Amino acid sequence: MSCTPTAIRRLVLEEAKRAHVGHIGSALSVADVLAVLYSDVLKIADPGDPDRDRFILSKGHAALALYAALHLRGWLTRQQLTTYCGDDSHLGVHPENALRGVDFSTGSLGQGLSMGVGAALAARMQKSARRVYVLVSDAECNEGSLWEAVMFAAHHKLANLIVIVDANNQQALARTSEVLDINPLAARWRAFNWRAEEVDGHDPPGLKAALTTDSSQPKVIIAKTLCGKGVDYMEGQVKWHYWPMSPDEYASAVRQLAQAEQPA
Amino acid sequence: MRKQFLTALIELARKDPRIAFLTADLGYTVVETFRDAFPGRFFNVGVAEQNMLGIATGLAEAGLVPFVYSIGTFATARAYEFIRNGPLLHQLPVRIVGVGSGFEYGTAGFTHHVLEDVGLMSLHAGMTVITPADAKQSVAALNATANNKQPIYFRLGKDETYEVPGLNALFTEGRAQLLRDGKEILFIALGTMAREVAAAAEILSRQGVDVGILLISCVQPLPARDLQAILPKYRHAITVEAHTLTAGIGAMVGSFIAENAIPCRLTRCAVRKIPDGVSGSERFMLQRHGLDAESLARLAGSLHAEMPRT
Repeated sequence: MSCTPTAIRRLVLEEAKRAHVGHIGSALSVADVLAVLYSDVLKIADPGDPDRDRFILSKGHAALALYAALHLRGWLTRQQLTTYCGDDSHLGVHPENALRGVDFSTGSLGQGLSMGVGAALAARMQKSARRVYVLVSDAECNEGSLWEAVMFAAHHKLANLIVIVDANNQQALARTSEVLDINPLAARWRAFNWRAEEVDGHDPPGLKAALTTDSSQPKVIIAKTLCGKGVDYMEGQVKWHYWPMSPDEYASAVRQLAQAEQPA
Repeated sequence: MRKQFLTALIELARKDPRIAFLTADLGYTVVETFRDAFPGRFFNVGVAEQNMLGIATGLAEAGLVPFVYSIGTFATARAYEFIRNGPLLHQLPVRIVGVGSGFEYGTAGFTHHVLEDVGLMSLHAGMTVITPADAKQSVAALNATANNKQPIYFRLGKDETYEVPGLNALFTEGRAQLLRDGKEILFIALGTMAREVAAAAEILSRQGVDVGILLISCVQPLPARDLQAILPKYRHAITVEAHTLTAGIGAMVGSFIAENAIPCRLTRCAVRKIPDGVSGSERFMLQRHGLDAESLARLAGSLHAEMPRT
């Protein structure tokens, strides 16, 4: 199975429909980033290898996209995936470290980067070349604790730490720029002595290039994305941060994915 | 207690390369010894306690054993959600070292009084909670738990020289220490309150009242076997803690007595007042909350006088 953005999106829609749960927009927003990470960037021989690269989905509410990527990499069975949001499952709305392939439990925003800083520091202390990738949301930059971690990483020049901001300008109640404006976002990270790059978060080659370029500083990639990307009625709509799909909406979404896959 | 704990930690770190030390910019004249011995394993994270706990989680996931250090309330209450979702949820061997047991930072005021840490750290199973009574016991506790795979909270006091009579540096996880046998009344002291309780017992002894003393220096796992064995021998237990009433050993011992139908009355000496901004020396604060030796002796003396003779 190939870990492509469309494959991730299809699984996200299927499982969100089956479980009748939301956070679909967030999962679709990060599908390209996760596809690039899990197909081309993360060096993981096996999820149990202590010297694997680490990935932290700090915006834990996009976990369904992570489960899809883990399945497409062969670390999670289709049967396991169907336990999403079921009883007695490790596949909840937010990812749990008890599940093979999930490096850290997340769900409370503003915590993943601190853990990522620790993971990157540990790699340095253990003289390992492994890297740590942390995916945060743009609204997560509201959390003061995130900036504590940002300062520590810059002070200690943790060049093995790469952050991706899923900059979809959308949060639970409104647009990020309306709730608590975090712009100019790249300039803020640069002011904290990070290397910052802005890229199209739905352009896999551009993402891959940004994720794999070496840097002597910790690096942030501001991935400009659309919440709900790939499904026209979801794109940029605040409702789809939380909402589940009706049968008609599901049929329409799946149709749109299939059309997008056909060669032009 | 801090300096001896650090000295012992340095010894441990010589043998165990997994040990690292993080401070949130506290521990002047205390933590430098570790920094000088192991500069590559020492990090001052700055004034950022929650980040410190997140970093420790990341370090521990990679196989390290990080000790994080701050004043007790900052290390626990400020960082609580990072502890809950980090070392606790992941069950990683992070060691949280909180300094200033109860009112030890007396004149620094309420923001620095460590009054709810034991309750917070005991809220979930899966966190070992240790409250040493003196410096030697803190060293014993450190060594006894070196291979514990769970997160641990150490509530450290600041006194370096006092030794609890009869303790002899004993520490065992899940056990309490009976420091003194007595009749009818048993003091149960949390950690460093053993000092006030021991002094109260001396006062009472001069008055012809012979009380027992049980020390709880491992709150979680609760020393159930010792409580079950010792409580039935007494008619009245008095828990003593420089900690809030609702979440400390008074609450835990009370639940234990009720659940096990032990015929022993309980009086809880703890912090009951609404925070009001009044501060002063540790001695003054203990007196103000009825936790000093004289107050405790008066309380036990009156309970003893009121007991029906059998």
